[in-house]
Amino acid sequence: MNSLILSTISRLLVGLMLLFSLYLLWRGHNEPGGGFIGGLVAAAGIIVYGLAEGPALMRSLIRVDPRTLVLIGLLLAMVSGILPLLQNNAFLTGMWVFIGATETDKGLALGTPLLFDIGVYLVVVGGVSGMVIAMEEEL
Amino acid sequence: MAFAFALITAGVFLYGYSSLIPLVASGSPWVFHAEWVPRLGIDLAFRVDGLTLMFGLLISGIGVLVVTYSYGYFKHHNSHARLQWLLLAFMLAMLGLVSADNVILLFVFWELTTITSFLLVGFDYENKKARGAALQALLVTGGGGLALLVGLIMLADVSGTYLLSEMIEQSAVLTQHEQYPIILALILLGAFTKSAQFPFHFWLPNAMAAPSPVSAYLHSATMVKAGIYLMMRLQPSLGGTDLWFYTLSIAGGITAVWSSMMALRQSDMKLMLAWTTVMALGTLTLFLSSDLRIAAVAAVTFLLVHAFYKCALFLAVGNIDKGTGTRDFHQLGSLVKHMPVTAIVASLAALSMAGLPPFLGFIGKELKYEAALSLAGQPWLIVGAAVAANAMMVAIAVTFVFRVFLGGKSTIDRTPVEVSVLMWGGPALLAIAGLVTGVFPSFISSYVIEPAVVGILASPTEVSLYLWHGVNAPLVLSIITVVLGVIMCLKLDRVSTGINKLVEKLPTTGDVAYEWCITHTKLVASRVTDQLQTGSLSHYLTIIFSVFLVAASTTMVFQSVQLDLSNVTRISPLLAIIVALMIGASLVVAVSGSRLLSICGLGIVGSGIAVIFLIFGAIDVAITQLMVETLFVVLIATVLVKLPRFPGEQHPGTAGSFRDAAIAIGAGIVMMILTLGVSLAPLDMGVTQFFEQNSLAKAYGRNIVNVILVDFRALDTLGEVAVVATAAMAVIALLKVRAHPQGPTS
Repeated sequence: MNSLILSTISRLLVGLMLLFSLYLLWRGHNEPGGGFIGGLVAAAGIIVYGLAEGPALMRSLIRVDPRTLVLIGLLLAMVSGILPLLQNNAFLTGMWVFIGATETDKGLALGTPLLFDIGVYLVVVGGVSGMVIAMEEEL
Repeated sequence: MAFAFALITAGVFLYGYSSLIPLVASGSPWVFHAEWVPRLGIDLAFRVDGLTLMFGLLISGIGVLVVTYSYGYFKHHNSHARLQWLLLAFMLAMLGLVSADNVILLFVFWELTTITSFLLVGFDYENKKARGAALQALLVTGGGGLALLVGLIMLADVSGTYLLSEMIEQSAVLTQHEQYPIILALILLGAFTKSAQFPFHFWLPNAMAAPSPVSAYLHSATMVKAGIYLMMRLQPSLGGTDLWFYTLSIAGGITAVWSSMMALRQSDMKLMLAWTTVMALGTLTLFLSSDLRIAAVAAVTFLLVHAFYKCALFLAVGNIDKGTGTRDFHQLGSLVKHMPVTAIVASLAALSMAGLPPFLGFIGKELKYEAALSLAGQPWLIVGAAVAANAMMVAIAVTFVFRVFLGGKSTIDRTPVEVSVLMWGGPALLAIAGLVTGVFPSFISSYVIEPAVVGILASPTEVSLYLWHGVNAPLVLSIITVVLGVIMCLKLDRVSTGINKLVEKLPTTGDVAYEWCITHTKLVASRVTDQLQTGSLSHYLTIIFSVFLVAASTTMVFQSVQLDLSNVTRISPLLAIIVALMIGASLVVAVSGSRLLSICGLGIVGSGIAVIFLIFGAIDVAITQLMVETLFVVLIATVLVKLPRFPGEQHPGTAGSFRDAAIAIGAGIVMMILTLGVSLAPLDMGVTQFFEQNSLAKAYGRNIVNVILVDFRALDTLGEVAVVATAAMAVIALLKVRAHPQGPTS
């Protein structure tokens, strides 16, 4: 699609949407958002960019093969499931660390569910954008 | 590497089973038990008694020889490693089968032997005949396996135990039960297909498309005996009835006589041996029909005899094939000049097959006649069948020895070359074993045969074998057999022409019936597929929604569903506007002639749903719906706009339009009633309360939807993510394949 307006806007949009997707991913545990939604927003951003600039630039924007993203995502989700097994907990049990926790505030809570959500995010981003790239290239 | 691994494994098992001989011979079995699926009664229960031990020794012992032989036979073949791995896998499956005490475990190993056998018969997969034979073996034995599974489950259900060793005590209950005929029929279906009994015998000779060592191992010494093993194992539980006796004796008798006739008309030595294997299996079945001690002794001894000579002969024929390039015995003669060891070894084995003294085969044959004479019912019919079948064995053996191995004239134009020790060592050991155990039968009779007989009869007994029984009825029958056999050998051409004429008059054969079933199954399948899988999406949607409409509405009518609409709240003006928009957009989708317009219409419907979610407070779901809808529109637009127009795409015709409209409206109404019904039913809030209470406390998250997704029900999400990943990979792969018809270039 040769549209100067879309092309200009898309370059601005893609950055914003990727940033927003990360924000959605990060806050998902407490506010609306999460890996799935974040992944969709990121994929939408990449697709808008791809519609304006073509599949070649879309690939160079992602830098790695989208399929690699999908696999890394699956791997992260599996790792977050296997880690608790090492502590004799059930598969996918949440494990948490609290950084800077005080008696009233639990501080920065990091846990395997976050890792899991990042995995979901990567699978969705890689899967959706990979399909669109393949369609743009081959159809 | 594969060879060493297979050889060592076989050796270890041979050593293991041998070391159990003293324990088992003293009367106590070796038992192993571990839980697997305790709730279903499926445990890793293994039990080695005398019967298992004999099979275990045969399987692992012949396994060692066959693995070594294959190394010589396939040394320069590039699939050599594949053969060794498959042989190893098969051996382990077979050992598991004969050692399993739990019937479900037995079935698992049973099917594993079927699968490995499929791969081994089709080893030469570039050969169409081998593929066909492999598929035939798989379908026949696999089909029987399914019947067997049902039979075993019913057996366990009636007897109240999954352990074969405990079923014996339930024998009275089992044979008196009203389901006994069904159980027996199902189990025998499995045993008969596996052990190539009439009318399922035809797959075994076809399976000779496999390489020689495979035929020797699977189709003579071990796998085909699985059915025999099962019948031996279940005889004390299910045997002793008229039904058992007549089914086994009739099927076994027909198989034995018919297949020895079939053997006589072949000119390919391997096929002759294949048919004689079917004959041996028939004889074994015949003797298992009776619960007499002598029949069990005859069956066990003959099984052992047969394993020795048949494996040796198969391997020797493999050597002859390698050395001369042919297996047609009309072209071969005086092999002893060029392939001395193979010829002598094969002669020894053939003489054991003929049942001549002082080979173990003689003892086996004498026992067979003794058993046949003492069988209840129709002894003369059975004796006649046994003599006829054995006379034909003699004819084949004498033909082999005097026209191929030691005498006769060769018409092939190349000089046969003797094979290496790797390839004649195994057959030589087996042939010598047949001779030595014939002269000194006391060791195997007290350490192998007696425990095996005890295993079959499930009661203590003593067995001692002698080469010389004195002048008695079996000896007289033996002499008659040999005379008949020699006469048939001398008149072999006339005999085989006679049999050929008989075969031509038959209305059908198993092979033909099998072909008929396969072609007609394919025909029906392709017709059904043509009707359902037209390749037209609108056709699929018509089918899906018609089925939904009919199934859901008939259920509602039969359940007389009634909706209490008094509690339904009035729709708010905002919702009314959104719904009106969605209805309008749906109408646009239905009537518009433009793809882009239809896609936009669908987008509006989807976004409308997202707004409704938002109004009802499901923010996460609304965002997801909105994003999915957006991406869906983009994806579909990318694809559809680039596709060519299909004929008739937008115009199904007036009648078609009305039909589509009727189905669409009907399905919509049914869906509405269903949704109303669900939302009017009282909702159990227990799950919601659980998540509300535990979300923050246990999973440290306030967004319940997300906590459910990534923590409480993360396993579901993991599955969904895997589906997304697989689907994406598949779409990418399909698109790439389509673009490069020659396949990937790098």
